[in-house]
Amino acid sequence: MSETQRTREFITGNEATARGAIAGGCRYFFGYPITPQNKIPEYMSAHLPEVGGVFLQAESEVAAINMVYGASAAGARVMTTSSSPGISLMQEGLSYMIGSELPCVLVNMVRGGPGLGNIGPAQSDYWLATRGCGHGDGQCITLTPNSVQELHDFTARAFEIADRYRNPTMVLADAILANMMEPCDVLPPTEMPPADRPYAVGPHGQERERNIVNSLWVDFDEMEEVNLRIQERYRQAAEEITDWEEYGSDEPEVLVCAYGISSRVCESAVDEAGKAGVQARLVRPKTVFPFPSEPIAKWAEQAKCAVVVEASMGQFVEDVRLAVEGRCPVELVGHAGGNIPAVSEVVARILEMTS
Amino acid sequence: MTTDMKQVYAYPDALTEVEMRYCPGCTHGTAHRLVAEVIDELGIKDRTVTLATVGCSVYAYEYFDTDAVQCSHGRAPAVATGIKRVQPDTIVFAYQGDGDLASIGMAEIVHAAARGENFTVIFLNNAVYGMTQGQMAPTTLLGQKTTTSPRGRTAPEAGFPIRVCELLDTLDGPAFLAREALSTPPHVRNAKRAIKRAFETQVAGLGFSLVELLSTCPTWWGMTPLEAIKHVDEQMTKCYPIAVFRDRLAAQEGEQSAESAPGEGE
Amino acid sequence: MREEIFLGGLGGQGVLLGGQMMARAGMDAGLNVSWFPIYSPEVRGGSTTCTIVITDGRVGSPICERPETMILMDPVAANTFAPQVAEGGLLVLNSSMIEQPPGHEDCETLWVPANDIAVEIGNERTVNMVMIGAWAGRTSALSIEGIAEALQHMLPERHHKHMPANIAALERGAEIGAESRQPGG
Ligand SMILES: Cc1ncc(C[n+]2csc(CCOP(=O)(O)OP(=O)(O)O)c2C)c(N)n1
Ligand code: SF4
Ligand SMILES: [Mg+2]
Repeated sequence: MSETQRTREFITGNEATARGAIAGGCRYFFGYPITPQNKIPEYMSAHLPEVGGVFLQAESEVAAINMVYGASAAGARVMTTSSSPGISLMQEGLSYMIGSELPCVLVNMVRGGPGLGNIGPAQSDYWLATRGCGHGDGQCITLTPNSVQELHDFTARAFEIADRYRNPTMVLADAILANMMEPCDVLPPTEMPPADRPYAVGPHGQERERNIVNSLWVDFDEMEEVNLRIQERYRQAAEEITDWEEYGSDEPEVLVCAYGISSRVCESAVDEAGKAGVQARLVRPKTVFPFPSEPIAKWAEQAKCAVVVEASMGQFVEDVRLAVEGRCPVELVGHAGGNIPAVSEVVARILEMTS
Repeated sequence: MTTDMKQVYAYPDALTEVEMRYCPGCTHGTAHRLVAEVIDELGIKDRTVTLATVGCSVYAYEYFDTDAVQCSHGRAPAVATGIKRVQPDTIVFAYQGDGDLASIGMAEIVHAAARGENFTVIFLNNAVYGMTQGQMAPTTLLGQKTTTSPRGRTAPEAGFPIRVCELLDTLDGPAFLAREALSTPPHVRNAKRAIKRAFETQVAGLGFSLVELLSTCPTWWGMTPLEAIKHVDEQMTKCYPIAVFRDRLAAQEGEQSAESAPGEGE
Repeated sequence: MREEIFLGGLGGQGVLLGGQMMARAGMDAGLNVSWFPIYSPEVRGGSTTCTIVITDGRVGSPICERPETMILMDPVAANTFAPQVAEGGLLVLNSSMIEQPPGHEDCETLWVPANDIAVEIGNERTVNMVMIGAWAGRTSALSIEGIAEALQHMLPERHHKHMPANIAALERGAEIGAESRQPGG
């Protein structure tokens, strides 16, 4: 990626995501339409051919993720994007990719659920990303942007992360981030990087042994060995790419934790609480798998209590509780179904907890 | 004064009073009305279950005054199978769009048809994904521009349109298969006749019935309603010929064979 | 400086584009901005709204519970949203379509006959520009030239022929806004 050639534009999160992907070297896109992320495939259908890439609308999300599986096995930088019901359908394919140790990037613009739900913003696929990804021991490495700029940058970077850890990498956002417009310093499309996938299938003459992409290991010990290898990469990822941002007071009474769009609400809430005389510090994970437990534990030691804010009924809060390990009480401000917590509500809870 | 007047037209009983949310000139509404009239004429409203699917018709459960189940994208034929195996005498119809039926739901429709499952499918083919803002559908015509085929659909990139009736006609399971167009009044009358036939097939317990209705989407075709109707008649019917492909009810009644059944020749 | 502006109106009144233009103008002026649309659940025919934040600090939440400014272009939007304007805030209302002054006692109201002006200008699609111009004239938060430039950036080439009408609309609106400014108010 050529950092120096960024241009400032005013674009939607969806467009920023699509352009981030092309800047990250993505040249293959397989997906199935679903609101609120349709502008991503539409952008890809118009622009991927311009950079020599391939766009294909799959017949379903089940097919899309398996096309991704095939393209990744063939050595490509590939991605799919969807929203909650579509990500549900991709679970099996993701499990196969994790088991076969294949990289890919997927974006989930989360919407209100469960079921058909609605097209409003939500954060209720946290478990789907960090606990789900189908059956078996495996997760998506999960990045949680909170702005149009971060959607762009994280998506671009996700390809490198996926390749490094040979694991599906998810950009987890929501309907607001997808549709809102903000200034974004856009990266130019990069040249297609040479496929450096020694494990990929394809023509190879006599240069190597044959490659088999597979997640079937009937021998228990062999299967466990694959699992250990996967877990070792997760441990490495925890060391190398765990990322977060902090905002607010250095001497907080209250620790505030939120990711994605909710963390934007919390920034404002931390400011408001400060005006009302309560010092608060926001820790907002930019990665939720691996999870930044350390700063959360550190501030929990000092704070009287923690307030966790999410647009779901209590998923992210569980990871915060695991990090806090009882150091202070943890309270949830949660909403669901397309509603997101309001600044006033978060401030009220902060004040209530400290009174 | 009114006593000796015969009522020839009325709001169907099987439709609720809820205002439909379709765009001006969209023929989803026409299809709803035809189905409701048929339900009224057959007197089956109280034992009918509507299966709403995922597409512009997702609110079908608000429009049809029957019991209803909302299904996930493409899976209505499987849901219908479940209902019919529990309640064989309940009349079940699934109202599916082309994305729902011929893309994500292709496995479910083919297998329900192959099993000869005794329910009815109303298949709205408007050659586009209406609800999600005009993407390419499996039935999109070659050359047709959509939001995901911005240069027009080409076979090398996106393959060929799928003819659902012809595909299902290769199976032994279906009892009634027909394609009609929601365009000019004579076509609409034929469409109603086919819909009635399909429901009668189910009532008679003969098995799977499906009516494909060539339909308009003026919004995403970028046409006026009249242009859209013309497009159905002049372009869509070229790729999707109007025909009755299968009519076991007729065979049972000892009528003429399927070739001269409704649709053609009017 | 932090401006939170809510725009509401009918589909076709240019609510979304108008809001984008304001945010883009803020960006070009070196400020931090966000634009956030809500389409009502009745996608076709209901109110269209968007919220814009323009600030020299961090944007924080792009959603505003009680926006300081509301620019409302039709009676449905006025009735639905005006009561949510912040105390001491500003309502910019399209008097060509809205009759009753909605909202609460404790806010200022700027009436703008936007449709009438748009008709005078000879381009009925400039209602949004008149309204936004009035806001800019009243608050001086963004310059009319900056807004016009932003619009030029956002409009596809083929619509550039409408720029003079749009600029005229912005300017007429700005006059009304400037006249309404009370000393010290
Ligand atoms: C699993 C899943 N994937 C995608 C969607 C998004 N989606 C909603 S409607 C639709 C397509 C509808 O097209 P069609 O069936 O042709 O109906 P139309 O709107 O044209 O009547 C899609 C893809 C969804 N709701 N669920
Ligand atoms: S988008 Fe198309 S199919 Fe959907 S209601 Fe409008 S015209 Fe009908
Ligand atoms: Mg369709």
